[in-house]
Amino acid sequence: MRRLAAVLGALALAGSAFAAEIPRAERRSGYDLMSPETRAMQDDDTANPGMLSVLEGGALWSRKAGAAGRSCADCHGDARASMKGVAARHPSLDAARGRPVSVEQRINACRVERQQAPALAYESRELLALSAYVARQSRGLPIEIATDARTQPFLDAGRALWERRQGQLNLACRNCHDDNWGRRLAGSVIPQAHPTGYPLYRLEWQTLGSLQRRLRNCLVGMRAEPYEYGDPALVDLELYLMWRAGGMLMDAPAVRP
Amino acid sequence: MTHNSSRRDFLRAGAGLTVLLAVRPAEATPATMQDAIRAVVGTAPVTKGRVKLELPPLSENGNAVPLTVSLESAMTPAEHVRAIHVFTEKNPQPEVVSFRLGPRAGRARVSTRIRLADTQTVIAIGELSDGSFWSAESAVVVTLAACLEET
Amino acid sequence: MAETLISVPPRARRGEIVEIKTLVSHAMETGYRRSQLGERIPRDIIRLFVCTYNGTEVFRAELHPAIAANPFITFSTVATESGTLAFHWTGDNGFSVRETAEIRVD
Repeated sequence: MRRLAAVLGALALAGSAFAAEIPRAERRSGYDLMSPETRAMQDDDTANPGMLSVLEGGALWSRKAGAAGRSCADCHGDARASMKGVAARHPSLDAARGRPVSVEQRINACRVERQQAPALAYESRELLALSAYVARQSRGLPIEIATDARTQPFLDAGRALWERRQGQLNLACRNCHDDNWGRRLAGSVIPQAHPTGYPLYRLEWQTLGSLQRRLRNCLVGMRAEPYEYGDPALVDLELYLMWRAGGMLMDAPAVRP
Repeated sequence: MTHNSSRRDFLRAGAGLTVLLAVRPAEATPATMQDAIRAVVGTAPVTKGRVKLELPPLSENGNAVPLTVSLESAMTPAEHVRAIHVFTEKNPQPEVVSFRLGPRAGRARVSTRIRLADTQTVIAIGELSDGSFWSAESAVVVTLAACLEET
Repeated sequence: MAETLISVPPRARRGEIVEIKTLVSHAMETGYRRSQLGERIPRDIIRLFVCTYNGTEVFRAELHPAIAANPFITFSTVATESGTLAFHWTGDNGFSVRETAEIRVD
């Protein structure tokens, strides 16, 4: 732990000098930094443990729920058509709420408003399965976050979070992920942190999890207070991360160490 | 210092053990692994060779390390692989898995994903229909995620 | 997660060796972990996986806690005749999951 703190302390000093976004041409997915074995696990749909969640999501898609007795399929039909590209364009503006929302929040909005069913808890098996199923329909498609005057303030808030030093180690996200990506932190390679594969099967978790879970992990690792699931700050950060990864191809459900 | 950090790494590693007191979790030692192998093999000799054990030399996470084990064999009723057993030297218990094959397999080749609690050696023992035992071993370096989830 | 994910070629020539890939949803709790309060979390794993081909056992795996969560096992079998491949996972706390796949052999 002392060794880790020393390394991170050095990064903290170094970070302030560089503070540069990654040039578009140099952007790389965390996939490229993984071992061939882990990549093979992701590439094979019959070996990728995340696909178990996708299959479950497919079953839930057709299941009637709530007082309205409706399934996702009743309104949205075949997800392969209706959900194509959706995850690649989220978080996106929800006019009624006046702010961008994530795919998970969209799913819950539908559950509550259209199915008249209770919202699914964050990180619950069902919500992960449905969001995995939706994200799978964007596989191979480029991330495309539209920004305008209405969403710009939230994008700026997300960027501010990315650049703000936080926690006991006084680190900002960008100190590692913009300034020191590709270098090793205690034996692991630091990725650029593009959310192309969420929700993903993290070997560390031994299960599928959302981007919010990963962000909370990072905050805990930095010894900063993690925002609660659903906190607008996490959605702002997700918006910024997706915008920053604009043009990169989605590969959910990914596998990562 | 080395001893402490390897113990801490072990406690945090692969199987997801969380931090606790001074009590040391039961750790397989090479002696226990030999006992486990004896339990399968009995008094028969184990010869190095014929078995091919494929593991990555470095694993990013000990929770799921891909493993493939194979033996060249015609897999006929007269001459085939009966079983393949896998053991580790430093996991809390040495047995990992036993695969039971036979002529219906067509080919003696099985893949799975295993947990490795620490950098260590993995051993595969092949059991042939003629009662002979063969082995191969492979060393794997296991690294951990830098930031561990602690909620 | 869905319970299982099986990959079997739907058709094969007689005598051909086919590869079967299986994935099953299970946390494979090792029994070596401790909770935040220091109590051991009891072992809860899949212990046995059996594959039968038209009723005859063709493959078996005896699993221990060192098999990773959501056990993935790939093995092969000779395509002898058309019929049903049946898969059965059993384990602690009465865990029992069955799945089948049809194979057509020409």
